[in-house]
Amino acid sequence: MTDLTTKTIAELREGLGKREFSAVEVTDAYLQRAESAAALNAYVRLTPEKAKAQAELSDQRIADAEARPLEGIPLGIKDLFCTEGIETNAASHILDGFVPPYESTVSANLLADGAVFLGKLNLDEFAMGSSNETSYYGPVINPWRREGEDTKLTPGGSSGGSSAAVAARLCAGATATDTGGSIRQPASLTGTVGIKPTYGRCSRWGIVAFASSLDQAGPIARDVRDAAILLTSMAGHDPKDSTSIDRPVPDYEKALEGGVKGLKIGIPKEYRLDGMNAEIDAIWQKGADLLKAQGAEIVEVSLPLTKYALPVYYIVAPAEASSNLARYDGVKYGLRVHDDNIDEMYSKTRAAGFGKEVQRRLMIGTYVLSAGYYDAYYLRAQRVRKKIADEMAKVFEEVDLLLTPSSPSAAFGLGEKSSDPLEMYLNDVFTVTANLAGVPGISVPAGLDAQGLPLGLQLIAPAFGEETMLRGAAALEEAIGFDAQPTEWWK
Amino acid sequence: MSLSESDVKKVAKLARIAISDDDVPHLMNELNGILGWIEQLQEVDVEGVEAMTSSVDVALPMREDVLAEGYTGGGQPEKIVANAPKTEDHFFVVPKVVE
Amino acid sequence: MSENRNLLRGETGDWEVVVGLEVHAQVLSVTKLFSGASAAYGAGPNENVSLVDAAMPGMLPVLNKYCVEQAIKTGLGLNAKVNTWSRFDRKNYFYPDLPQGYQISQYKDPIVGEGEIEVELDADRTIKVGIERLHLEQDAGKSIHDLSPKESYVDLNRSGVALMEIVSKPELRSAEEAAAYFSKLRTILRYLGTCDGNMDQGSMRADVNVSVCRAGNYEKFRETGDFSYLGTRTETKNINSIRFVRQVVDYEARRQIQVLESGGEIDQETRLFNVKTGETRTMRSKEDAHDYRYFPDPDLLPLTFSEEFVEEIRARLPELPDAKKHRFMEEYGLSGYDAAVLVADKDKADYFEKVAKGRDGKLASSWVTTELFGLLNKEGREITDSPISAEQLGSLIDLIQDKTISGKIAKQIFELMLDEDAGKDPKDIVEERGLKQVTDTGALEAAADKIIAANPEQVAKVKDKPKALGWFVGQVMKETGGKANPQAVNEILKKKLGVE
Ligand SMILES: [Mg+2]
Ligand SMILES: [Zn+2]
Repeated sequence: MTDLTTKTIAELREGLGKREFSAVEVTDAYLQRAESAAALNAYVRLTPEKAKAQAELSDQRIADAEARPLEGIPLGIKDLFCTEGIETNAASHILDGFVPPYESTVSANLLADGAVFLGKLNLDEFAMGSSNETSYYGPVINPWRREGEDTKLTPGGSSGGSSAAVAARLCAGATATDTGGSIRQPASLTGTVGIKPTYGRCSRWGIVAFASSLDQAGPIARDVRDAAILLTSMAGHDPKDSTSIDRPVPDYEKALEGGVKGLKIGIPKEYRLDGMNAEIDAIWQKGADLLKAQGAEIVEVSLPLTKYALPVYYIVAPAEASSNLARYDGVKYGLRVHDDNIDEMYSKTRAAGFGKEVQRRLMIGTYVLSAGYYDAYYLRAQRVRKKIADEMAKVFEEVDLLLTPSSPSAAFGLGEKSSDPLEMYLNDVFTVTANLAGVPGISVPAGLDAQGLPLGLQLIAPAFGEETMLRGAAALEEAIGFDAQPTEWWK
Repeated sequence: MSLSESDVKKVAKLARIAISDDDVPHLMNELNGILGWIEQLQEVDVEGVEAMTSSVDVALPMREDVLAEGYTGGGQPEKIVANAPKTEDHFFVVPKVVE
Repeated sequence: MSENRNLLRGETGDWEVVVGLEVHAQVLSVTKLFSGASAAYGAGPNENVSLVDAAMPGMLPVLNKYCVEQAIKTGLGLNAKVNTWSRFDRKNYFYPDLPQGYQISQYKDPIVGEGEIEVELDADRTIKVGIERLHLEQDAGKSIHDLSPKESYVDLNRSGVALMEIVSKPELRSAEEAAAYFSKLRTILRYLGTCDGNMDQGSMRADVNVSVCRAGNYEKFRETGDFSYLGTRTETKNINSIRFVRQVVDYEARRQIQVLESGGEIDQETRLFNVKTGETRTMRSKEDAHDYRYFPDPDLLPLTFSEEFVEEIRARLPELPDAKKHRFMEEYGLSGYDAAVLVADKDKADYFEKVAKGRDGKLASSWVTTELFGLLNKEGREITDSPISAEQLGSLIDLIQDKTISGKIAKQIFELMLDEDAGKDPKDIVEERGLKQVTDTGALEAAADKIIAANPEQVAKVKDKPKALGWFVGQVMKETGGKANPQAVNEILKKKLGVE
């Protein structure tokens, strides 16, 4: 039999439906492959018993002609999603041993559609990072290597476990979350497709919060179709999340056929950074040309406030995080470092439980909200954010989509940027604006650089413009015809 | 605006993160590096601009005042304390709080 | 203004006390402000706690609409401005009974703004007290410190219960005014049905802010709005009785004057009240620097509703104490003070109104406030638990009004209804016991003649001392077993004895 893990979700769905193979066979194939890929450190926890039981149930339902949209499809779940009865740590020492008695809405939606969960995927601690190096469980290794080198590269972050697992075919697709680029940047660095939906499209309920006004769940998958299939299941209104939007979920897969003929696609000139990698610039240009060739109108647009998006993000996100992470205090769950004095207990627990990057952001967040600094930092940032969002909305009066690079560089070596927080923060330079404005973005593999590493392009759409965005992404994907695979050095 | 060593200690205390005196200088440098970079926001004219706290532009949803079952309801003290480092009789137990 | 009444004499001159109250009133709702767990009192530890209230990772708040309506209703009852756009903020601090590490409250933009209420102090003093704001917020859990020597036990049942924080302006000028304001606020909330006012269970508690300043400075503050005319205030937390509010103000005013007069300074601080000693003391666990880092809660959007929504609630408002007081004065001819006493408790007012409807209001008020309240006070019973129903008392008053019985007999029947004749209609008691008033003038004249004939010395006395007539009246009443109409007896005796 052919290796079942080479099949896309759409292909698995078809083969399972035709009974060419069973869900148990598919799950076993993935579990085996995942178990033999420990070197990538993509999973923090495999749940084989649970996966097999789910797969058996899926086979039963398929036999009974009761198959659901994702029946028997094996997925990896970012360990930021709380999963009932399965330990969830957000890659933090402070959540040691935490077993949620509840299932996040997004993962519950996937389960309700018949998906099989293989296990929990590694990430940056509390999703704070762009290289997966802040994980308490160690960094994830990118399955891609530079040609002729064995330097360990980052799969991006924070959803580095998700991107690496999809790229290395350790799951058919994965859940991920994006606060400043944490889906699109890792997708770009691993040759996978990642969607950050419109804020409010997927429920945040049951996802360990990082920055509430920016966090949004989405899929990482092998191609645009798979990503659309997963998003259709993940999205939806949830009355348990007050920021979830009550709006019907279209069948995103249907949007793929639309093509780009007649679409107006903007190239924001401010995204052409000083000293930008020439290969990225070339791939960006190629992407524009390909879309044009398929009938899209390409226009240059201006978003002059772009350069302020990252500084705004590095005020707003740490501020919200400093409050969201106050609940990790050694009282209700997770780690406690004992002390007879309650305040000492808190401080020692949090010092031991949070890694350096998280501590840094909590301190920044605490500072920018503190008396005397609130107006100058937090309030000003939220006003600049408003201007950025307005500017974005105005551009979307002119164009249907924006085309930009997804990340300012290809995968980089572990440790290369982690000594300088600011250099690391720049990874999100192309993605963060969509989070601030709440609009959707998708990263699609666009080619390989000279060293043989994948690079992605991003399409950004106005709020709830996912269908148009997917039309553009499918067209771009088809025109580019990216089919490179990493060599399986880790086996 | 930049942080002094005593600011760093104060912020760490507010955030309830124990830091040693040895950590203070390099923490101060890192935080000041980030804040210095953020400083560029002062260039932006925000006169008369309202602060954006969410990208969602709908009315705050409200629920009816009826007892919920399951996740958002009560009646499950075992589950509530199941993950706690220390409990007794369904209470969370913490080091003595002195008022 | 009763300026001098509030002056406090110190060693070095006169002082004034200024008090503001922050009252936390639990919204009378079935579930919590942001979760569907029960808000009921008295469950086992962590029984009424949802995953949301315990701040499990990834849990999110969803606002209780009923609590919003109750806050609006209360705002209207305080004659305050209801804000159709308000917002929830996070107040960040660490405490074991605060599971999220922040309290969801309303800081910059509360649901209710400024208002004003009338507060009666006594028969002839009524003051107006300004309301600064009312906002919605979550209650915290409860830490129990006496179950173990080295540990505290945390129960989150109260965590997330909806509170209305009602903040007065610093316009209360004495312990008496503070207590009366607190009591009036409780009355209004109970009328509205938005809070049960049950202080023993913590449903209503006050943070008492007290400062002292030199005589005359308060007036300057009122003129200029400049807080620097006022002294530094202390905040004594969680006072759960009207009497304790009074004690806190008295104690703090005295303490602060003493500190200032001996050259000390007042710290702006949080204090605790000791109910046993009546003293306050500094809280040992001072929240450092009070830096709460408020910011808008990103899990919640701004709270908006239409003016029509507010008007619908206004249309359903019950009659409030002040309106009821004025109506009682007009409809039943009561004095302001009597009316205020009756309306202070809605159940009492309702009882009175049942008794008074279609009868002599003053007579009804006198029977209710003197006889019935006296009895309830003596027995420590609530009006809702009265041994004599409003129907019985009304019927008794009917018998007095149509002169079937005298007031004296009425009191006798009142006693009987408490005991041997419990539950009976006074009409039947009169019938059964033959207590009908004697109005037959013939019988009364005969009785009067008999008394006059038997007491010649008294007859002689009454010529000089007309007041001695009362003695004759008493004798005739006795002769008739109290059933005589005293008015009639009086008239007959006057005529017979030639007294003017
Ligand atoms: Mg207070
Ligand atoms: Zn409060």
